[in-house]
Amino acid sequence: MKNWIKVASAAAVGIALSASAASAAWDKVVVATEGAYPPFNMMDDNGNLIGFDVDFANKLCETANVECEIVAQDWDGMIPGLLAKKYDAIIAQMSITEERKRSIDFSDYYSNTPAVFVGKDGMSITAYKDGEVMEDALDGMVIGVQRSTTHANFLEDNFPGIEIRMYGTQDEALLDLTAGRVDATLADSGTLDAWVSSEEGEGYGFVSNQFAPSEWFGEGAGIGIRKEDQDLKEIFNKALAEMLENGSYDELNKKYFPAIDLHPN
Amino acid sequence: MFEDFIYVLGKYDTWLWRGFLLTIELLVISVTLGTLLAIPLAVARVSKKVWIQALPFAFIYVFRGTPLIGQLFMMYYGVGQLIANIDGIQDHWTWVYLRDPYWYCLLTFVLNTAAYVAEIMRGGIQNVPNGELEAARACGMSPWITYRRIIFPRMWQMIWPAYTNDVIFTLKATSLASTVTMMELTGAARKIVARTALPYEAFISAGVIYLIIVYTLTFGFKGIERYLRRSEQRKEPKTGKAKAASA
Repeated sequence: MKNWIKVASAAAVGIALSASAASAAWDKVVVATEGAYPPFNMMDDNGNLIGFDVDFANKLCETANVECEIVAQDWDGMIPGLLAKKYDAIIAQMSITEERKRSIDFSDYYSNTPAVFVGKDGMSITAYKDGEVMEDALDGMVIGVQRSTTHANFLEDNFPGIEIRMYGTQDEALLDLTAGRVDATLADSGTLDAWVSSEEGEGYGFVSNQFAPSEWFGEGAGIGIRKEDQDLKEIFNKALAEMLENGSYDELNKKYFPAIDLHPN
Repeated sequence: MFEDFIYVLGKYDTWLWRGFLLTIELLVISVTLGTLLAIPLAVARVSKKVWIQALPFAFIYVFRGTPLIGQLFMMYYGVGQLIANIDGIQDHWTWVYLRDPYWYCLLTFVLNTAAYVAEIMRGGIQNVPNGELEAARACGMSPWITYRRIIFPRMWQMIWPAYTNDVIFTLKATSLASTVTMMELTGAARKIVARTALPYEAFISAGVIYLIIVYTLTFGFKGIERYLRRSEQRKEPKTGKAKAASA
């Protein structure tokens, strides 16, 4: 019996190797997410990772037929950790940008939510309109934003007249928004939508239009992978296309964001 | 690798420079105010009356017994939120300062430094030889004059190495300020990593700056130590003989 398994598995490996040397190498993929960007990725009361990104990652691996382990990683160290091979992929709402592409590679985008400002109800901000940045629209304001994000870069590059407070997580920025220590915060509409409709977000709402100029925000969020792992990129792209095709992506989308289309074509 | 260093240093030198200045500022103010606060704490701590030494004991116990990052978060998100919830505070003129993370950071560092230094000083004060105190009393010195002329100079002599160690500890502790949005040296390095995805280059640059600061501090401290021990150096042969004789 044992021998039979050995022979079969050896044959299977042989076939896999001859068919594509790559797929055999990816029996197990370690995926990193942040765990502090609800409802995309967060921790439940027991410290388990949950959220859209986590469900998406699991479904993606299931579809691709690879075993996945999902680990938490601070946002700051996301790219360095990938390069140091602590994990093989990033599924954490990381926008595909030119700057990041210098050090890592991305799959096709798997979600795309525009950016929006959140502040006290009644406030109104027009920072970006008709393809143009309104450089002095925020003058004198204190804006909270998560460090190392496209949103932080957008603020830094375009608004010399504001004070930018950078936080390790978006949760902390929102905490300081309710404490009144920042006037508004900029993040993607998916995570902010969940917050303004929660109890903590009472009295706060979207105070600007939604925008996503690709010069700063890239082309949506992709799965981050090391440049040399082109085979893994292919596996993920194929599985993603399949999920979009068979409706399992839609199911996840509706579960977390009934009102938002995460994957506009 | 080498070009990446030049790229980081060339493009983001002002971030590092500003981070360096803020780090130095936090260090100097924390150590100065912390030391000033530590003196009365240490004096109260060595008091024989329980009700005088209870409060400094509790203060030192709490601040030495909990992690600094926890204190920082307690101060910034805890106390900060409480203050923010006071009615009308956000329209008051002091709000500009009360909302600023700078003051919460500084207060945490000052209190933390005070706790550590007070404990070091306590050790110093208690180790002043009894004979010297008796001599001071015999000369008719009041407690205050005894402290000023005998205890404090002796204390500084004894605690200096431990004290300078604590200053260097505080320098590294300031890096935690970046967790509450302060852009000191570590914050600047993190920002550069965020921009360039070049962690080694950014953190090694910041690390080298920290090393230079520590080296400069150590050099200065050595000079002061020599000054503090000037009397000892003169007397050394004599005390050596005395010891030999008594043994």
